[in-house]
Amino acid sequence: MKTIKILGTGCPKCKQTETVVRKAVADLGADADIQKVEDIQDIMQYNILSTPAVVIDEVVQIKGRVPKAAELEALLKA
Amino acid sequence: MFTWIEWLADQLIFGLLGLAPDTHLGAALHFFVYDSVKILLLLFLITFVMGIVNAYFPVERLRSFLQRNRLFGLEYLLASIFGAVTPFCSCSSVPLFIGFVRGGIPIGVTFAFLITSPLVNEVALALFLGMFGLETTLIYTGSGILLGAVGGWVLGRLGVERYLSDWVQKMAEQPALTEGFEEDGQTFRGRLPGIVQEAWSIVRGVLLYVIVGIGIGAAMHGYVPEGFFEQYLGGGQWWTVPLAVILAVPMYANAAGIVPVIQVFVAKGIPLGTAIAFMMGTIGLSLPEATLLKKVMTMKLILIFFGVVTTFIILSGLLFNLIL
Repeated sequence: MKTIKILGTGCPKCKQTETVVRKAVADLGADADIQKVEDIQDIMQYNILSTPAVVIDEVVQIKGRVPKAAELEALLKA
Repeated sequence: MFTWIEWLADQLIFGLLGLAPDTHLGAALHFFVYDSVKILLLLFLITFVMGIVNAYFPVERLRSFLQRNRLFGLEYLLASIFGAVTPFCSCSSVPLFIGFVRGGIPIGVTFAFLITSPLVNEVALALFLGMFGLETTLIYTGSGILLGAVGGWVLGRLGVERYLSDWVQKMAEQPALTEGFEEDGQTFRGRLPGIVQEAWSIVRGVLLYVIVGIGIGAAMHGYVPEGFFEQYLGGGQWWTVPLAVILAVPMYANAAGIVPVIQVFVAKGIPLGTAIAFMMGTIGLSLPEATLLKKVMTMKLILIFFGVVTTFIILSGLLFNLIL
């Protein structure tokens, strides 16, 4: 099972990212635990400069933009 | 470049709707159609160009460059210019602030970025270009960048590190993270759809504000008499600048909504310097921004930060009124 964290303080793009991630996981039927990380101190543990970011199994995969569905699917299958 | 839009507006308002160019309604509608189309087009072009710049110079790259090079003061200017070309999103300013502090970048340089980022942004540029022309846009951009660099330098000299929140100070004391910047190896062709999409989403995001702002501007244009503001708000007395800025700071307006209104102010007799200072106050500093920054700064630092920037905005407004 993969752990997916969506890092973001609550801006529109962060919410959009959450929707995209949830949809990709559902479409793939992937076994994943999706968490939304909104606390700035927790977010900063990942050394990113811009939100939103997507962290899969503790590795930052996407930062500063809303990911595309195809991109997420590739990451989830890996 | 814009004659075809003029033609389009002529056809639509005077031709199709049959309104006369010398009526209030005809003039206002014509202004509205012409300006909306022109500004949305400019906005798309500017966000597109900024998107390309950002794809090649992401902010991570700036951080690693600033970590590796000693620039003898130029780093303030560089951070400020970067702030201008980065699409501003208030929700990114806090992570960015901490990321810079953690990377061992001097706090003044970080502030230079933080000041310019909202002040000079793609929406403001497109609107300025569309409503005031190239010269005013360049003056606004240049002074915004300079203001960020000087303001950041002053804040750095004040030694404001001690007023950061405790947890940020602890982070700053940790050994600096020196992770280099890695290219993600995408080709230009591969990036292009993403850049266009991003530009389009920015345009879509402010579409309503642009139209409402221009609508209000158009209405005022047709109906507010010449010299109206001059008569009631004073022409060029020095105290109008600080007053305009102090009124502007707590206001939070999208650049898209505020520029068309300011353009009317200027057309009806408010000095350009006062108008630019007002504009900088509304979009450069705002209460929502202060709320966000409260997570990383003490109230005292927020007040110092706002105080320094407000002072410089007032000074530049006064300067413009003198020289323009």
